[in-house]
Amino acid sequence: MHISEGILPAPVLAAGAILSIGGIALGLKKLDHERIPQTAILSSAFFVASLIHVPLGPSSVHLLLNGLAGIILGWISFPALFIALFLQAILFQFGGLTVLGVNTFNMAFPAVAAYWACRPLLKRPTKLNIGICGALAAIIGVGLAGLFVALELAVTGQQFVPVAKLVLIAHLPVIAIEAVITTVVLGFLVKVKPEILGIDIM
Amino acid sequence: MFHERFVKGESLIHSLDPRVKLIVAFLYAIMVALSSKISSLILASFFTAFLFVLSRLQICQVLKRILTVNYFIVLLVVVMPFTFPGRVLYSLGPLAMSKEGLIYGFTLFWKSNLILTTMLLLLSTAGIFNLAHALHHLHVPEKLVQLIFFSFRYIHVLQREYQKLGAAIKLRGFSPQTNLYTYKTYAYLIASLLIKSYDRSERVYKAMRCRGFQGMFPTYKHFQMSPRDKVFALISGIFLSLLGFYTFRPF
Repeated sequence: MHISEGILPAPVLAAGAILSIGGIALGLKKLDHERIPQTAILSSAFFVASLIHVPLGPSSVHLLLNGLAGIILGWISFPALFIALFLQAILFQFGGLTVLGVNTFNMAFPAVAAYWACRPLLKRPTKLNIGICGALAAIIGVGLAGLFVALELAVTGQQFVPVAKLVLIAHLPVIAIEAVITTVVLGFLVKVKPEILGIDIM
Repeated sequence: MFHERFVKGESLIHSLDPRVKLIVAFLYAIMVALSSKISSLILASFFTAFLFVLSRLQICQVLKRILTVNYFIVLLVVVMPFTFPGRVLYSLGPLAMSKEGLIYGFTLFWKSNLILTTMLLLLSTAGIFNLAHALHHLHVPEKLVQLIFFSFRYIHVLQREYQKLGAAIKLRGFSPQTNLYTYKTYAYLIASLLIKSYDRSERVYKAMRCRGFQGMFPTYKHFQMSPRDKVFALISGIFLSLLGFYTFRPF
């Protein structure tokens, strides 16, 4: 969920911008020139995949996949997700310019957290571990992202608290669906292309 | 789908230097986002209207685009009168509608849409490649600029790839429903997309290396500020200072 322009107060916008700039700087430092094309292509794959709407009852939800992106990209998720959000802001007017920092942080910090939580488990990619990773990536990725949006709204003013609660509730089904999807994706990647995950099975 | 719908055009706005556009859009967005006075929003609206007239875009196209991204803000506007404390205008059972909340919600709606529209008029008319180029000249880290170039290039390629995969599962009789099978199918689709992208990125990188790519793009073309750009920058500067003075004055 993107926060729109013009809602959050200056301190929240500034904090988001500063944290994101820090994250992006760290991510860029870790990014070799050689890996730029690869990172960009993966980041566009996440951009396209996050536009997929999966059915949920009579409605549909779109995936975030920031947990999965985090597992694959680590700190580079910051620049990668920043670019996805920048492109969305320019191409579709989703999100915006002043909230770009906040929105990047909301998506990318959980991605990095998912990386830290899941990478050790993936060193031994048993079925159980993959399942745990999938669930963790969804809970951390989507859950934290929703929590951040809700907290930022709640900090802005008492009047936003009901909306913040609504945002949290709306993220719950997405967590469940993403847990399934991430688990299956990870299982598939481990079997077919483990080097994407940076692991050697051999 | 990722067509840059507003890039085509011959207007003054379309031909402005992207660096000027980026800076003006950024300053405008910050000022409007931080202002809460109705009077400064009115002032800001004049500037957006001025840009719109210069851009010669069709109003229905712009409105259509802006309205489709308003769902979050509309949700807020609807909720605000009931959650913002203030003088009760109207009671509906346990819900009390406050005048202050109504005004507050309306202000948010207005602010948000002013920024969105201005971004559309200034940035969506510039083209991503031009913006990336402009960011380069504004000293944004070179790796980030390269990532923008490559990412924008590849979302089109991957979108096509995704459509191909989507068509393939549809041809095999897949119809999405709320069940585990559907989610698994989407997961396989996403995994295939990632793997194909990864393989492609290897091929692309090798091909680029063969052609002498050393990790950076040399820039040959440089932006040149024309008199028109300077006039536009001057007008915007005067307007933005006025807006800033008006919004942040202590009295």
